[in-house]
Amino acid sequence: MIAARTFAQKVLERASGSSGLVPGAIVEVEPDLYMSHTASWRCIKTFEKLPGASIRYPDRIAMVMDHISPAPTAQVAGYHRLCREFARRHGVGSFHDVNAGIAHLVLMERGLVRPGEVIIGTDSHSTIYGALGAFGTGVGFSEITATWVTGVLWMKVPESMKVTLSGTLARGVYPKDIMLRLIGDLTADGANYLSVEFEGSLVQDMSISKRMTLCNLAMELGAKNAYVRPDAMTYEYLERAGVADPARHALLPDEGARYTRELAVDASALEPQVACPHTVDNVRPVSEVAGTKLDQVFIGSCANAKYDDLVEAASILRGRKVATGVRLLVTPGSRDTMKQAADSGVLSALIECGAVITNPGCGACAGDGGAMDKGEATLSTANRNFRGRMGSYDSDIYLASPATAAASAITGVITDPREILP
Amino acid sequence: MTDFQFKGRCWSVGDFVPTDQIVKSHRVFLRLDEIARYVLEDANPAFAAGVKAGDVLVAGRHFGQSSGRAIAVRALRATGISCVVAESFARTFYRNAFEVGLPILEAPGIHAATVEGDVLEVDVPGGQVKVQRTGQVLQGNRTDPFLLEMLRAGGIIAVGSRLVEGDK
Repeated sequence: MIAARTFAQKVLERASGSSGLVPGAIVEVEPDLYMSHTASWRCIKTFEKLPGASIRYPDRIAMVMDHISPAPTAQVAGYHRLCREFARRHGVGSFHDVNAGIAHLVLMERGLVRPGEVIIGTDSHSTIYGALGAFGTGVGFSEITATWVTGVLWMKVPESMKVTLSGTLARGVYPKDIMLRLIGDLTADGANYLSVEFEGSLVQDMSISKRMTLCNLAMELGAKNAYVRPDAMTYEYLERAGVADPARHALLPDEGARYTRELAVDASALEPQVACPHTVDNVRPVSEVAGTKLDQVFIGSCANAKYDDLVEAASILRGRKVATGVRLLVTPGSRDTMKQAADSGVLSALIECGAVITNPGCGACAGDGGAMDKGEATLSTANRNFRGRMGSYDSDIYLASPATAAASAITGVITDPREILP
Repeated sequence: MTDFQFKGRCWSVGDFVPTDQIVKSHRVFLRLDEIARYVLEDANPAFAAGVKAGDVLVAGRHFGQSSGRAIAVRALRATGISCVVAESFARTFYRNAFEVGLPILEAPGIHAATVEGDVLEVDVPGGQVKVQRTGQVLQGNRTDPFLLEMLRAGGIIAVGSRLVEGDK
């Protein structure tokens, strides 16, 4: 009889064509998709140093120009051009130019990420693909190049952690708050090297967008990948994205699989949370930091710039004005998100309240615009607040949900969104 | 020096140093030799100017967390250090090290056992570190043979192609 297996064991068995994998084993897997963002130029430069090398499965390559775009300098324009021309010349599966948005969101919206698949990406937040029941993990750029050539990459089978979420989120409380609290409690290496499986009634009730926020932030626990079991909501999302037979490779963990750690969280009593400078695990309830003066608010990033995030923000900002002296930057996660927000009037509400709307992409989260001067503070919906990430080394970054960000933009100080929510 | 056994003077940084502080975002487009002059500029301001070939970097918990930028590992290697010994590594940094061919060792207790300037004897395959000043020997985690083979070859590109990779 085969022992009960976790999602990570099953998915790596499928991708390596082996069986009986135990945590700690190293195997060569055939990833289904290789994502490289603006760092694609580094992959290409490495590839070009391999005389005679060819690409094994060009259709598995997805390039997205999301960081540092549109090009701010001639040097970066050259890198973008290198990627654009390479993609055409080698017939890569898909190339998404500077108008597309953040790689993770673009690939999921376009139906390129499917349950049970292994996706590697040149970005640590590739854990987000777990929102669709896939195994997503960040790797380095020469690992992507090596995979272009060989079609395989090594993976160590991780141990797994199960996080079961139950209860109902109170008004003004979101998946971002659940994750910030979890990161605060477990610390930044609380799930280092682990596969994190999110289970429970609260998770299965969440939209795909909300599951993305969970899986994205799992990276800030040190996780190798994250996972939400695919269900009717997953398949409906994928069918809308044009995927035929989305359940084809879907994998569920076995009953009785072994976890190194199991946590059960009832989120009903949770209040909005804020990660304070300068680490993501320095987390406090909003009530303890309310009143902290802000110079800038950033609504963006792969964690929280999806359509429903913009809707949450607009529901607070509509008909109000951003506080004098505070800059509110809104960077929609993708072109589709921006289009949807334009069509529904969400974008005009944001513009009318005084927000700067930038092109879709990583924006200020990746240091592309939105820098702070010495002594300034930003409240951001992104996933990282390390010192110097947004301008001066002597500036502060706070992380919170889009609702907390919107409420704080109106008052100019960190504000509990429950005080303002309609 | 045989098979990833090193002896060198150590530099020290604390817990949870993110890659953003190994190489800052706005420096990633510089040439590698230029980036190397700014490595760890805030976490240990004396490091980049004072580091000598063969020195060892000692780090605390979850070294190299945050962005998975492999350029951080390349820049560290470009400073000439022989290896990094840490309490633990963030998983993206751990992968990047083998990808690039920078020897690393997880040795819990190393941070408390050393002061900057100590001479360390590091045996990566054996998973051991000896602190010369005190004579203390720490047993760290052994590296998987598959990964040692990748280190010996000089990184993943060298493994895949049997070619030696140059930088940039």
